[in-house]
Amino acid sequence: MAATASEVKLLGAWPSPFVLRSRIALNIKSVEYEFLEEKFGSKSDLLLKSNPVYKKIPVLLHRDRPVCESLIIVQYIDETWTSGPSILPWDPYDRAIARYWGAYIDDKFFPSLVGIAKAEGPEAKAEALEQAKAGLELIEKAFKDCSKGGEFFNGDQIGYLDIAFGCYVGWIRVTESMHGFKLFDEEKTPRLVAWSERFCAHEAVKDVMPETEKLIELLK
Amino acid sequence: MSKNDEVILLDFWASPFAMRVKIALAEKGIKFEAREEDIMAGKSELLLNSNPLHKKVPVLLHYGKPICESAIIVSYIDEVWPFPAMLPTCYYARAQARFWADFVDKKLFDGGCGIWRNNGDALELGKKEFIEILQVLEGALGGDFFGGDNFGFVDTIAIPHASWFYAYEQFGGFKVEDVCPKLSAWIKRCLKRDSVAKSLPDPSKVYEFLCMFRKMNGLD
Repeated sequence: MAATASEVKLLGAWPSPFVLRSRIALNIKSVEYEFLEEKFGSKSDLLLKSNPVYKKIPVLLHRDRPVCESLIIVQYIDETWTSGPSILPWDPYDRAIARYWGAYIDDKFFPSLVGIAKAEGPEAKAEALEQAKAGLELIEKAFKDCSKGGEFFNGDQIGYLDIAFGCYVGWIRVTESMHGFKLFDEEKTPRLVAWSERFCAHEAVKDVMPETEKLIELLK
Repeated sequence: MSKNDEVILLDFWASPFAMRVKIALAEKGIKFEAREEDIMAGKSELLLNSNPLHKKVPVLLHYGKPICESAIIVSYIDEVWPFPAMLPTCYYARAQARFWADFVDKKLFDGGCGIWRNNGDALELGKKEFIEILQVLEGALGGDFFGGDNFGFVDTIAIPHASWFYAYEQFGGFKVEDVCPKLSAWIKRCLKRDSVAKSLPDPSKVYEFLCMFRKMNGLD
């Protein structure tokens, strides 16, 4: 189903990894959309009306009907625009595994990444870093199992789990730069190192992935 | 896939998350073997091998392949055995169903913990927050059930938590019927379904179980 830009709007902000998920999914499906950037530090009336439960971005507005929660938006995009490549695997077991790791990444990995920034003092930072690295080793194994020899978590094409995890690559690189250590490790997570380069260079990702330097500027 | 496939559920009688899976399997008419985990005595080898990351029930084993995380398991069941469908066919309605199932996942169990794991002022605050969560959920009721006329995905995800409400009412000194009459009517409607009635435990047994936990943790 083709969409005009006015039919599809995305409420978001360029630094948000959650918003990035929606943008990558829309790009995969070649869907044109209007990006409505929320002003930092305030919430528009449209956002509050469209997401009264959480009042958060991203919100996808399709013919003025709101869809909220980033991974739910990705699934909606996948189901609604079927002429583009599939985002979720077709096999129900592979879908369950992709959803499982998507949930792990949001519930466990992302908090561990945030934990590094929040940790005070070198000991706490070192512990937080070890936790995040342990998470990445699990994700490395998930890549090995899910990719089935392909270049992406979803095999030969980027898909749900690439999007779910890939949205954090910018912030992982920011964390590496600001704290002076490597999270993506050539020795422990070689597959993720290679994958992250391929992911960021992908047609659907490269124009919307925020630049690391710009993210670092934001934090200053 | 047939209704006679080899399906094993790693279960615990009081777990609302495991109840979700039992309801889904019953709704689809799938024969399965429920293996009760004794969480007090220690977790079985099978559980630890099938869910090494979280070590939690429920785990569904479909011809030995493990699927973890209850909402993901219910989606898997719906996709493998598509009739009767638990999700609506309209993509927008599916996104709404996933949103509310996710809301239940994020809020309901932890909200209840705010009551039964606390005393005094903390319990009162927990009760207030829990009632607010119920009121938001009640607002999402689309008809007789969350999806409208038919029992479906959100109902399956949410109804098991009702088996813990009696306990919350006892500890908190309130009644769900008074604060959320529409939700209370929905609970009664769901309990009339065979799949729900045979999957939910006696609420007074849940209350006894939580009283034991409270005693063990010095709350009573």
